[in-house]
Amino acid sequence: MVTVKINGVEHKIEAEADMPLLWAIRDLVGLTGTKFGCGMAQCGACTVYVDGSPTRSCQTFIGDIEGAEVTTVEGLKGKVAETVQAVWADLDVPQCGYCQSGQIMSATDLLANNPKPTDADIDAAMSGNLCRCATYHRIRAGIHEAAKRLEA
Amino acid sequence: MIPKLMQSITLPVARTEASRRQFLLGALAAGTGVAIGYRILSASPALAGEAATESGSHAFSPYLTIGGDGKVTILSSQFEMGQGSYNGIATLVAEELDADWSAIDVIGAAGNIKAYGNIAFGGTMQGTGGSTSMSTSWERYRRAGAAARAMLVAAAAAEWGVDAAEIAVENGVLSHPSGKSGGFGAFAAKAATMPVPADVKLKEPGDWKLIGNAELKRFDSARKANGTEQYTIDVKLPGMLTAVMIHPPLFGAKAKSFDASAARAIKGVVDVVETPRGIAVVGEHMWAAIKGREAVTVEWDETGAEKRGTPELMSTYRDLAGKTPAAFARKDGDTDAAFTSAAKVIEATFEFPYLAHAALEPLNAVARRNDDGTIEIWGGHQLPDVYQNLASEIAGVPVEKVRLNVMKTGGSFGRRAVFDGDVVVEAVHVAKALGFRAPVKVQWTREEDTRAGRYRPAYVHRLKAGIDEAGKLVAWSDHIVGQSIMAKTAWDGMVQNGVDPTSVEGANNLPYAIANQTVGLTTTDVRVPVLWWRSVGSTHTAFAAEAFLDEVAEAAGRDPLEFRLSMLEPDSRHATVLKLAAEKAEWQKPLPEGRFRGVAVAESFGSVVAQIAEVSVDGDGIKVERVVAAVDCGLAINPDQVRAQVEGGIGFGLSAILGEEITLTDGKVDQGNFDMYTPLRIDAMPKVEVHIVASANPPSGIGEPGVPPIGPAVANAAFKALGKRIRVMPFAKSLNA
Repeated sequence: MVTVKINGVEHKIEAEADMPLLWAIRDLVGLTGTKFGCGMAQCGACTVYVDGSPTRSCQTFIGDIEGAEVTTVEGLKGKVAETVQAVWADLDVPQCGYCQSGQIMSATDLLANNPKPTDADIDAAMSGNLCRCATYHRIRAGIHEAAKRLEA
Repeated sequence: MIPKLMQSITLPVARTEASRRQFLLGALAAGTGVAIGYRILSASPALAGEAATESGSHAFSPYLTIGGDGKVTILSSQFEMGQGSYNGIATLVAEELDADWSAIDVIGAAGNIKAYGNIAFGGTMQGTGGSTSMSTSWERYRRAGAAARAMLVAAAAAEWGVDAAEIAVENGVLSHPSGKSGGFGAFAAKAATMPVPADVKLKEPGDWKLIGNAELKRFDSARKANGTEQYTIDVKLPGMLTAVMIHPPLFGAKAKSFDASAARAIKGVVDVVETPRGIAVVGEHMWAAIKGREAVTVEWDETGAEKRGTPELMSTYRDLAGKTPAAFARKDGDTDAAFTSAAKVIEATFEFPYLAHAALEPLNAVARRNDDGTIEIWGGHQLPDVYQNLASEIAGVPVEKVRLNVMKTGGSFGRRAVFDGDVVVEAVHVAKALGFRAPVKVQWTREEDTRAGRYRPAYVHRLKAGIDEAGKLVAWSDHIVGQSIMAKTAWDGMVQNGVDPTSVEGANNLPYAIANQTVGLTTTDVRVPVLWWRSVGSTHTAFAAEAFLDEVAEAAGRDPLEFRLSMLEPDSRHATVLKLAAEKAEWQKPLPEGRFRGVAVAESFGSVVAQIAEVSVDGDGIKVERVVAAVDCGLAINPDQVRAQVEGGIGFGLSAILGEEITLTDGKVDQGNFDMYTPLRIDAMPKVEVHIVASANPPSGIGEPGVPPIGPAVANAAFKALGKRIRVMPFAKSLNA
């Protein structure tokens, strides 16, 4: 058994130590905003924060994170996150939307650490998040717009 | 048994011959009339009624319900995979209903061909494909909205004792000059019992508030930004089990025997069962199923399996391309004579690999037998009638006892429109093998998704052009070699005189005035399963034609834009988008040092798109910096979504030519995950501008037409930058050659 806090709520997870956090979140805790895309940290759809850092939950094993604080898209809070989410809707960034939980997690982390990212900063920070609909053009625009709104 | 399917196709509106041909091909892309091969559904679950019961709202028609809270729920015949079909349909309904946009929702519907049959496919089957969602919905859903509006007005008129003509409707509120007013919710119950008007008058374009409104936002973006949108992978049912598949390692192989004893000992593994499509490892959750799968050993029967690798296949294709085509899709004039008398003849061979759809949500479906004996299936039902029939046969229940829940999916790009039902039938097979003792979700891993076939076929094109002394293109031939998507499937009737239209679309309808031209086709017999992949034939035909045309312009010493325009009617759609793109990209103006540009234009699914790509040199290769697109898609219902689809289409097409390739070694697929199969990432995405040609024509396709021109536009720019012609995909293969 492993105890982790997910979105501020303590969960005692009954699972083998090698179970990826992704499947614990989805299949045991029942939060579905975090998505499965590849299972080998290639696509970023499963991005969550573990103790505040963006982490690929498909390659994070439950036995390694006893006592950790996990934040999923459902638990994302604060001015930066809410601005990013509002901009995503205002600019109609998503198409199928499947990767967007991961994109939002990465974009929020980028803006929290770099309030005025350049295109190059965005490309560097977001290149781990695949979007098969290729909404990249609007993801870039969305991050710039969120930066502008946060500065105001 | 299967009649010639062409007969079932009727066209909703009169079109010119060129676009009519294209329109038919668009319809094909989703498998026109496949239901003919199956029993036609007679019974239909009263879906609107069910939706009404579930939400406590009132059914106005098979197309919409309105709740006591004023919420309008639209039942969509068209599947949503990200392309915005739900939003487009919501726009049509809300416009005529004068609904409150913020009170709209859309759910997928199935099981009623009469109501939901795709008009672009002749109305005989429901399906999403060929970029037809807006054309099939254009009249149908506006009428549904207008009819419901009339019913609400009639109910309010009766309630208030006033003349219906005096009632105004705006933003979900009915009002009368006397001061009486009320929301849709207050009249929904009564209105739903009113007679459905036989005929309704639709708004004049000048009165539209939502159609064509570039400021209108998608109704579903917020839920995609906060993780609450629900996809097939998110379906949770009491007692549900999760299964992963072990598919044969070679196409055409079958399981001979398997040993699951070690797998059964793993905690959380519930069962291991055999299905006609492979072995299913069933777990309490996904991780147990994945671990169980690693412990299963299978002996395969590889008799008759495809064992050729990519090098052998492409070598065969190249040889065939140099020979006489097996069939012809176009023959104009006397090509042989024109080549003989031409001042200059050039030739080139283009090669295209297999491509995976690689939608980010790996394929999945959920099946359950309910207490009343009905089979219920949740999934991305892109061809619902087909899946309903297949499930009925597997489960041994009448077709009306199969109920489909159409889920939104994380992409598709054509992958969920399959003639054999694929993962949907797998879910039913696995549930059946388990004796229907629990609901089961079959969830493919990324590797299964990549290796299960249904690829964009590999092709080789051999092109030849002749120019006269004045630099005019006088002879053109294109010989296409590759697999047929439709032959030997339920769509086989579409293959006529040896020509699968999806193999040649985009090649046999070039818009240019070329007096002598032939388009030949040699269809190959390979056991690798193939399928339509966003923009289908035009993924390769447009590349070959538009890249080679650039070589011809070069040989003739002419500007590539001027060369194209010289062969087009000045006011044609192709010329119009070319000129618009050229104007916006400032084609005549020299580029800064180190920047190079290329142009291409292509028609697909009734729409025409021109793109001008600007590239720079990046190491040994190129970086695509900027793309300017101009599109004529008829009337743009949601202009901002037209832009979104062209932006995404450019990324999708660029992804393929820069970095995607499925290869086989001795018949086995080499790629499994995104480390080997490498779609475009944000750092390779250019800046994109999309310009829409104002048009009053009925809406044509937009989900796919943005894809075809980007490859050749970039290849043509790359030649300017590097001096090398890009003829073998993906790009790096040409640059390293």
